Amino acid sequence: MATLLQQLINGLVLGGLIALIALGYTMVYGIIQLINFAHGEVFMVGGFASLATYRYFLPPSWRSDWWLALPLMAIGGAVVAVVLAVVMERFAYRPLRNAPRLAPLITALGVSVILKEVVRLGYPGATAPVPFPRAFVDQQYRFEFFDGTVSIGSTAILMIVVSIIGAIVLQTYISRSRMGRAMRATAQDPDTARLMGVNPNRTIVLTFTIGGALAGLAGVLYGIHITNVDTEVGFLYGIFAFTAAVLGGVGSIKGAVIGGFAIGLIKTLSGQYFPGGTQYDLVWIFVLLIVVLVFRPQGLFGEPERVRA
Amino acid sequence: MLTRIVRTKAEKGHHVRNQTVKAAVLVAGALLLAACGTNKTESGSGGGNNNQSCDQSKGTLVIGVIAPQSGGLSALGLGIKNSASLAADQANEKCVVPGYKLQVQTEDDQATAQVGAQAATRLSSNANVVGVVGTLNSSVAQSVQPILKGKNIVQVSPANTNPSLTRGAEYGTAPKRQFETYFRVCATDDLQGPFAAKYLVGKAGKKSIAIITDGKTYGEGLAAEFKKQAEKDGAKIVATAKVGEKDTDFSGVIGTISGSKPDAVYYGGEYPQAGPLSKQLKDAGLDIPVMGGDGIYDGKYIELGGKEGDLATSVGAPTDTLETAKAFVSAYKAKAYKDDFSAYGAFSYDATNAIIGALAKTLSGGDWSDAKRADLIKNVQSYSAEGATGEVKFDEYGDSTNKLLTVYKVSGGKWVADETGTFGG
Repeated sequence: MATLLQQLINGLVLGGLIALIALGYTMVYGIIQLINFAHGEVFMVGGFASLATYRYFLPPSWRSDWWLALPLMAIGGAVVAVVLAVVMERFAYRPLRNAPRLAPLITALGVSVILKEVVRLGYPGATAPVPFPRAFVDQQYRFEFFDGTVSIGSTAILMIVVSIIGAIVLQTYISRSRMGRAMRATAQDPDTARLMGVNPNRTIVLTFTIGGALAGLAGVLYGIHITNVDTEVGFLYGIFAFTAAVLGGVGSIKGAVIGGFAIGLIKTLSGQYFPGGTQYDLVWIFVLLIVVLVFRPQGLFGEPERVRA
Repeated sequence: MLTRIVRTKAEKGHHVRNQTVKAAVLVAGALLLAACGTNKTESGSGGGNNNQSCDQSKGTLVIGVIAPQSGGLSALGLGIKNSASLAADQANEKCVVPGYKLQVQTEDDQATAQVGAQAATRLSSNANVVGVVGTLNSSVAQSVQPILKGKNIVQVSPANTNPSLTRGAEYGTAPKRQFETYFRVCATDDLQGPFAAKYLVGKAGKKSIAIITDGKTYGEGLAAEFKKQAEKDGAKIVATAKVGEKDTDFSGVIGTISGSKPDAVYYGGEYPQAGPLSKQLKDAGLDIPVMGGDGIYDGKYIELGGKEGDLATSVGAPTDTLETAKAFVSAYKAKAYKDDFSAYGAFSYDATNAIIGALAKTLSGGDWSDAKRADLIKNVQSYSAEGATGEVKFDEYGDSTNKLLTVYKVSGGKWVADETGTFGG
């Protein structure tokens, strides 16, 4: 029983991280039908930026107080990620907005490669995994549960809490606020939305901003949880997040979050209980993806693709 | 010739032609200058910039290095590159190969077999490449060996420990030499794994061991050898699990082994995963030592989360116990390289020196040509010298005859040598 609970917790932590990144994928797709493959790299850059904030901008006396250092690192990571996402939209995707869909997709792949290489060559020591400071939020909580001990780190709790709060806030914002309505309108029909006075450029930039901020936040949380950051993680978790978004239905906020947690849980639980163990955990994720797509091609919570006039 | 044509054309006096002519003259002039330029640099290098007494008039011979220069394992790869350069520089200063200047050309294999194959192809297309030092990873070596063999280029690996590279898949029962161009200066996993098992089960008294591997040639081979000996010595392998080569979150894997309450973990793989794994084990309440092979024996392991009491075996004796090793370390420090020489620096230095030594014997004052490659291989085979890692000499399979291994332990934030010896079965 303890093992089951431990693996559930592990799955939720991994799922929370994936969900935070998947939100950016799904929002951008919902609004401009672009699979932004460079989004995983935004997450990776967020991690490096928060580390740089700690190393180069925080005065040493502030570093030991996690309640001071951590929010500043989060801000540093998120700001850089947002700037990056917005610049990416402005210079890589906006000029291609009316181009055939394949063009921005290939551009996104190109941007992804560029970002990875720039960080790898530009950040000191980034040719290998770079250790994250371990001094703060490093506590582990342990408790007895039936037949064993279950442990959960403070960073793990933070990851789950932040991803769930982030998703709820985002959902409320999109369904309640004025800008949220503008986003939904643009997603539904960009031309009509423009005729109704919605500025599509502003709406799209806002979408990239929110997606970038969440990815940057995910980068910080990843860094303090795993205690190192590597230029490869953008691709790895980007693929997980993309899969989560597709599983939940691209374009759906709820779908991305549930898809993220589903992938996290399947990965840890199948590694524990399914034949083949951890070696085959990725197989089960994609088996589920295929099964879902066969019966619901639009994903769990996605809307069937409308034919546009 | 060119100038004469130019003049006749200019004499005709057409304005438009004049322009063309001027351009032609400029181009001709530029070409001439460029030619002079190359001549100058060639004579410059012939004179020798390090040591005036060395004759380097016959040109440059290249020693290729194939090792990861980027990515998770670059700390090891950079040490290999720098140490090879050091050996080449010293040989140039001492005129070891008369008439030639030796140069190291490094190719990044990114620790992947496919990129390694490209690097080997690039090096083998250069007729001046006399030999290759590398690779780091056994999995990369598998793809590099046949390419270099195709061009008869000698390869000396400082770090490949998988036994099948020299003795074939049936290395235990029916060993058979795989490539006569391939040599290595380090001990193999069929010694390293059992050596680790003897220490962990015998000396450290661990009886319930969990084995985690990364699925690569090196990690799997090492862990399999460890397992055989550990079980023979009376330990129980209570759990086995695999991590992905690029994984960073090991909580799932740790969950699967924690139920069986191991008292130690043996990890078959490398430090980019092993370091964080050690930390995450501790976080999950399993504060037990992690032991690995030479793939985790690097300072980065500790930086990435390796904890006090973790263990690693590595090939050779610790570099601070041998006189020859001390000379290497001080020469390396004198060069002020940006990166540490790492686990394989001394091996890379010895591997490079083996190629250089054999090359000097092969040429013995003569000229380099493709036809000399067969002799070079023979001379590497019969090479024998006291290197930075001890005796450098090869057996009939291309393996090192130096079977020394050392157990290191993390203590006070560094790797400290704990026990040196050979595995005696």
